[in-house]
Amino acid sequence: MAYSDKVIDHYNHPRNVGSLDKGSADVGTGLVGAPECGDVMKLQIKVNRETNIIEDAKFKTFGCGSAIASSSLATEWVKGKTIDEALAIKNTEIVKELSLPPVKIHCSVLAEDAIRAAIGDWKKKQETTKLVAAEAK
Amino acid sequence: MSTDVKIPQAQTEQASDKNVKLPIYMDNQATTPMDPRVLEEMLPYFMEKFGNAASRNHSFGWAAEEGVETARERIAKLVGATAKEIIFTSGATESDNLAIKGAAEMYREKGNHIITVVTEHKAVLDTCKRLEKYGYRVTYLPVQKDGLIDLDDLKRAMDDKTILVTIMAANNEIGVLQPIAEIGKLCHERGVIFHSDATQAVGKMPVDVNKQNIDLMSISGHKMYGPKGVGALYVRRKNPRVQLSAIIDGGGHERGMRSGTLNVPGIVGLGKACAIAQDEMPKESCRLAGLRNRLRDRIMGRLDEVYINGSMEHRLPGNINISFAYVEGESLLMGINDIAVSSGSACTSATLEPSYVLKALGAGDDLAHSSIRFGLGRFNTEAEVDYVADRVIETVERLRELSPLYEMAKEGINLKDVKWAAE
Repeated sequence: MAYSDKVIDHYNHPRNVGSLDKGSADVGTGLVGAPECGDVMKLQIKVNRETNIIEDAKFKTFGCGSAIASSSLATEWVKGKTIDEALAIKNTEIVKELSLPPVKIHCSVLAEDAIRAAIGDWKKKQETTKLVAAEAK
Repeated sequence: MSTDVKIPQAQTEQASDKNVKLPIYMDNQATTPMDPRVLEEMLPYFMEKFGNAASRNHSFGWAAEEGVETARERIAKLVGATAKEIIFTSGATESDNLAIKGAAEMYREKGNHIITVVTEHKAVLDTCKRLEKYGYRVTYLPVQKDGLIDLDDLKRAMDDKTILVTIMAANNEIGVLQPIAEIGKLCHERGVIFHSDATQAVGKMPVDVNKQNIDLMSISGHKMYGPKGVGALYVRRKNPRVQLSAIIDGGGHERGMRSGTLNVPGIVGLGKACAIAQDEMPKESCRLAGLRNRLRDRIMGRLDEVYINGSMEHRLPGNINISFAYVEGESLLMGINDIAVSSGSACTSATLEPSYVLKALGAGDDLAHSSIRFGLGRFNTEAEVDYVADRVIETVERLRELSPLYEMAKEGINLKDVKWAAE
């Protein structure tokens, strides 16, 4: 199968590879997929508490070139966005940007899931923090 | 007439030092390049000796027939058969179909039970599946962790309705060699016909239909440096005499078992490929095993958590199949894109399922997704092996840095204990 130039570029030069401190209250971690299915994505976001803007994003992916490219692109796109803006990212936009063929659409779905999972984790942390703060009062 | 055609030069010379020619072909279980000596032998049969081998009354037919019969003898000699026991086909898939369907139909009155193995090639498995629709009963034997069958399983599976056992000599993915002689002996003791798909074995390792008690055997041209589109089926003529119902009816060619005008150039090529293999096998199989082990040792010396799939002891000399834990196969192929190898990863298969052969070994889907098959062949050199090892090592290291699974494993998390979010 031939890959698009953009997939190859992300594969050869993945953006934002790495890990953030998953214990930090400002960091949300999404881990989606399963090794048996051949792809696992870990996507992390660091959110500014005042502005709700995603200041940093990192990823690591076990998967094919398209899965790596989809998650690399996802970190690029969420950076600088608010939580609500990031939640609005659709897998179809990833498909379009990377020219993914039909058999690789699930890679983009997984990337969208990873964004949602990371945001979900961050939101949960914020609620716990609020709860703890309320109890302290 | 002169056949002044330029014969493409395969890389027969040792590449000097690290100076290898890219891309490197190391997928010789998929297909092999044709040996230039084979092409040379075939060329006159396209234009000069173009006759129909079935034309009995002129010199054009005689010339073609002579080419065919020489090839038949060469093939027979390589596998310890007689020339009359060789039937030409379009390839091993057709040979498998003819052997299995042909025997099933011919011996239907005797029984309806067939035994095969889960790791067989699809040409065998799908043929057996079709026969199940027609009322045949098929037992699919499991394999052990090393890819070999347990002979006791085979003994237990046989009953008085068993008419055919079909088990491959060498596996196309993991190169594992089944105990063919013992299987054949068990079959003969019970009067059961034994077919072996020896596509990957013939020309690579000694095969003898008498010593190994084989009754029917599939052979392919393009897996042993011959042309594509030609193969053969060995059909035993005595002790016991095996009969087959034809699948393709027509002019009664090939003793009525396979009608259709013979592919004379292809057959001549297959014959030459067999003759070369016979001459060079002792030296070549040692050379290939040496290169294969060099590749394995280099990779395993530098990378941890690398697993070999299938028995190392009972294995084709040129094959190695390795799983690189925490790295997905297709992404690894993408990183070594100047090297042609293949992967058992779901992403590289038409069905989007990981390799059923690797799954049958019980290694787990995750290791099937991480597997690469290296198929070394006649034209691979030591310099190429070293290049491939280096490229694989650096790419696996890079992809592991990118892998959340590797990171988790290094943190001491047992990946089997993680509750993965379903997709």
